[in-house]
Amino acid sequence: MNLHDIVIVGAGPAGVRAAETLVQAGLKPTVVDEAPRAGGQIYRRPPEGFVRTSRQLYGFSSRKADDVHRSFERLAGRIVHLPATLAWNCDGRRLDLLTDGRHHGKSFSHLILCTGANDRMLPFPGWLLPGVYTLGAAQVALKTQGCVLGGRVVLMGSGALLYLLAYQYAKAGAEIAAVLDTASLANQFGALADLGRQPLAFGRGLVLVAWLRSRGVRVITGVRDVAVSGDERVRGVAWRSDGREHRIACDALATGFNLRAETQLADLAGCAFEFDRVQRQWLPRCDAAGRSSVAGVYLAGDGAHLLGADAAELAGRRAALALLEDAGEPTCAGEGPRLERALLRHAGFQRGLQRAFALPVAWLHECADDLVICRCENVRAGDLRAAAGAGRASEINRLKAMTRVGMGRCQGRLCAGAAAEILAHATGQAIEDVGRLRAQPPIKPISLMSRQPDRPPTGEPS
Amino acid sequence: MIAPLVDVAIVGGGLVGCAAALALRRRGRSVILLEQGWCGAQASGVNHGGVRRQGRAAIQLPLAQRAHEVWRRLPEAIGEPCEFVASGHLKLARTEADMAQLEADNAAAAPFGLRFELLGREQLRRRYPALGAGLAGASLCFGDGHANPRLVAAGFARAARREGVCILEREGVDAAELEGAQFVLATRSGLRVRSRWLLNCAGAWGATLAARFGDHVPEYSIHPNMMVTEPIAPLDLPNLGVVGGDIYARQVARGNVVLGGGRGHGALRLDANRPGSGASFEAMRTACDIIPALAEALVIRCWTGVEGAFADGQPVIGPSLTTPGLWHAFGFCGGGFQLAPGVGEVLGDLVIDNATATPIEPFGIGRFRSRGAVPDLNANI
Repeated sequence: MNLHDIVIVGAGPAGVRAAETLVQAGLKPTVVDEAPRAGGQIYRRPPEGFVRTSRQLYGFSSRKADDVHRSFERLAGRIVHLPATLAWNCDGRRLDLLTDGRHHGKSFSHLILCTGANDRMLPFPGWLLPGVYTLGAAQVALKTQGCVLGGRVVLMGSGALLYLLAYQYAKAGAEIAAVLDTASLANQFGALADLGRQPLAFGRGLVLVAWLRSRGVRVITGVRDVAVSGDERVRGVAWRSDGREHRIACDALATGFNLRAETQLADLAGCAFEFDRVQRQWLPRCDAAGRSSVAGVYLAGDGAHLLGADAAELAGRRAALALLEDAGEPTCAGEGPRLERALLRHAGFQRGLQRAFALPVAWLHECADDLVICRCENVRAGDLRAAAGAGRASEINRLKAMTRVGMGRCQGRLCAGAAAEILAHATGQAIEDVGRLRAQPPIKPISLMSRQPDRPPTGEPS
Repeated sequence: MIAPLVDVAIVGGGLVGCAAALALRRRGRSVILLEQGWCGAQASGVNHGGVRRQGRAAIQLPLAQRAHEVWRRLPEAIGEPCEFVASGHLKLARTEADMAQLEADNAAAAPFGLRFELLGREQLRRRYPALGAGLAGASLCFGDGHANPRLVAAGFARAARREGVCILEREGVDAAELEGAQFVLATRSGLRVRSRWLLNCAGAWGATLAARFGDHVPEYSIHPNMMVTEPIAPLDLPNLGVVGGDIYARQVARGNVVLGGGRGHGALRLDANRPGSGASFEAMRTACDIIPALAEALVIRCWTGVEGAFADGQPVIGPSLTTPGLWHAFGFCGGGFQLAPGVGEVLGDLVIDNATATPIEPFGIGRFRSRGAVPDLNANI
């Protein structure tokens, strides 16, 4: 089998470990990555010349971050690294790439997609005001530029990132007005059995919360009816908890509800999907080793499993081993099953996290008709309900065609989940029965005019 | 399960099928329409949305004129406007030879009642400053325009449903035959439908259904290559085409520019079709020469779908050669969007009156009988 055209998309923990594994087997994969420097979102690196230490940047995870970065640096010359490159389409066995305004293509025999994840957003009153960010964006600002969002920040949502970011912001000297967790303590206790599967990670979570409280940061759980107020930008936030209304002033708010897998390339590559009830979203189907439904296409990391960075490293290696096994290359016999067992433990822990930090879907069922769900096309909850109620649409792609939800710049990456919840509720269907928004190229808005049309970059060794 | 007998069963919920359903229902017939996916989700829903008579072969113009009357009063016809804008259709000439072509085309189309204005190089630039330099001129066809294809067939389907047509979506037809004087259709879910007339409006799947009745036609599928930009400032342009047909573009009220050119690729399946990035690059390069403002615009989505086509560029419209009561209307070769409301009315005439005042003879299925003797019907395209 020809193993000379292996392409890995994404240079986060999964992509780096996949590349490393293939290099160890004597192969030279191509690594396509949107970022200028490898590391992914979680171990995102500041631009060259910035002087904050990795301990400052990555906190608890600094050793892992250093290890991923160094591992990638050791691959220099043994892989083809295409940094700052967007893979915007996959058609058959070919990727369309865009690097610094230049279009080029790359054919592959094998593809390992390590496309990661981003914040899952829920709309709420005021979410479109300037000053509202995602938790991920707030973290990117900190990691790459050493900036915090505002003078007085509220962090609101649910999931592990909520507390991690609070910790990182507090450490960086930001004033955190409050941490508002939409999950309740009852949920979190209820999930203890699963969370105990990763005592270290769970313990770290508890330490984070205790540390925040010891610094006088307000941490409030069971929050609902969140509304951001302000005229031209965020001025404050109101919510309900303990049966009472609360209101505080702030000038920025970061929000997110766990993660949403970036799956468009897997979709365009033709991978089959299945609805993951734990994550409450559609994920590309793959076996325990990371084989997708399409021969030669492998999946690893948060783009496939949403199990976090540590699991992504394991899954990246596992997927690369699967590729080698399928090609009849020698691999260490016991390693695959060992990695799969480790991944299963992560899956159990993740199940606990999802129970502890359940998505507050009731928000969407109860939200006012005038709440904007799709900000690109300005589609409101009432528009979706009207289309669903009139029998015009019972399926999500149909709803898109009728109302324009998910038809704008973000192509539904931000709003599709919320729209599906509203559609399911309005039509009395289970969430998985309303279907999945199909991906269309380009996966992000791009110019189709190439600055230098016919000169593909040679791919500098990393 | 035996469904009650209906007058007319229609296979295919594209714009042709939905328009025929509405026309027949309005003339008092009981109608059931079976669609394998969703109404208007294939060729009718993914096309450019050009509502254009200009540039059609002369043989299509009577039909296009009949359809035009429906488009003109769309809100009265189906109860919703579907973003139809009578912007005019501006066909651009890049060379003097193109201009000569436009003049000849206009002369041929004028007897059918179309009204044109021919614009020279300077006139064109003065009237439409958004156009780039280097165009030799253009022909503006009044009354043409564009609409949102995602809404139109669905709108016809809703209107038909309101008037009592039974529309079943996600009901592919697995078997169809004539038993005595009745057609019997069996759907994927096990439903059986009996009817006195059968309309084959199955688009790219039309030949498959026709073949069940011994009508064999050389239909193949094509896949338009479409894209849309983010919203940009108003260009103040009509629906645009060019001589040669390599690209077409329109700006919608929200500011997005929808443009197409070349072909995607795929198969005769609902879910196996892809736009082609090579064709998209090519179309965008050409479009930027014509509308320089597009050079800065980001493309947010590319798409395609399935359209039925014949080598002579013309659809099949007319009776089965084998089976009385079976009428075909499919394979519109990427040009059916504007025609379809007219075709729907014609199908109503054919079922009820067994004749229509709109000439459709050139589209008969008999033209494929003798291989290699396909007349040149494209003379005026």
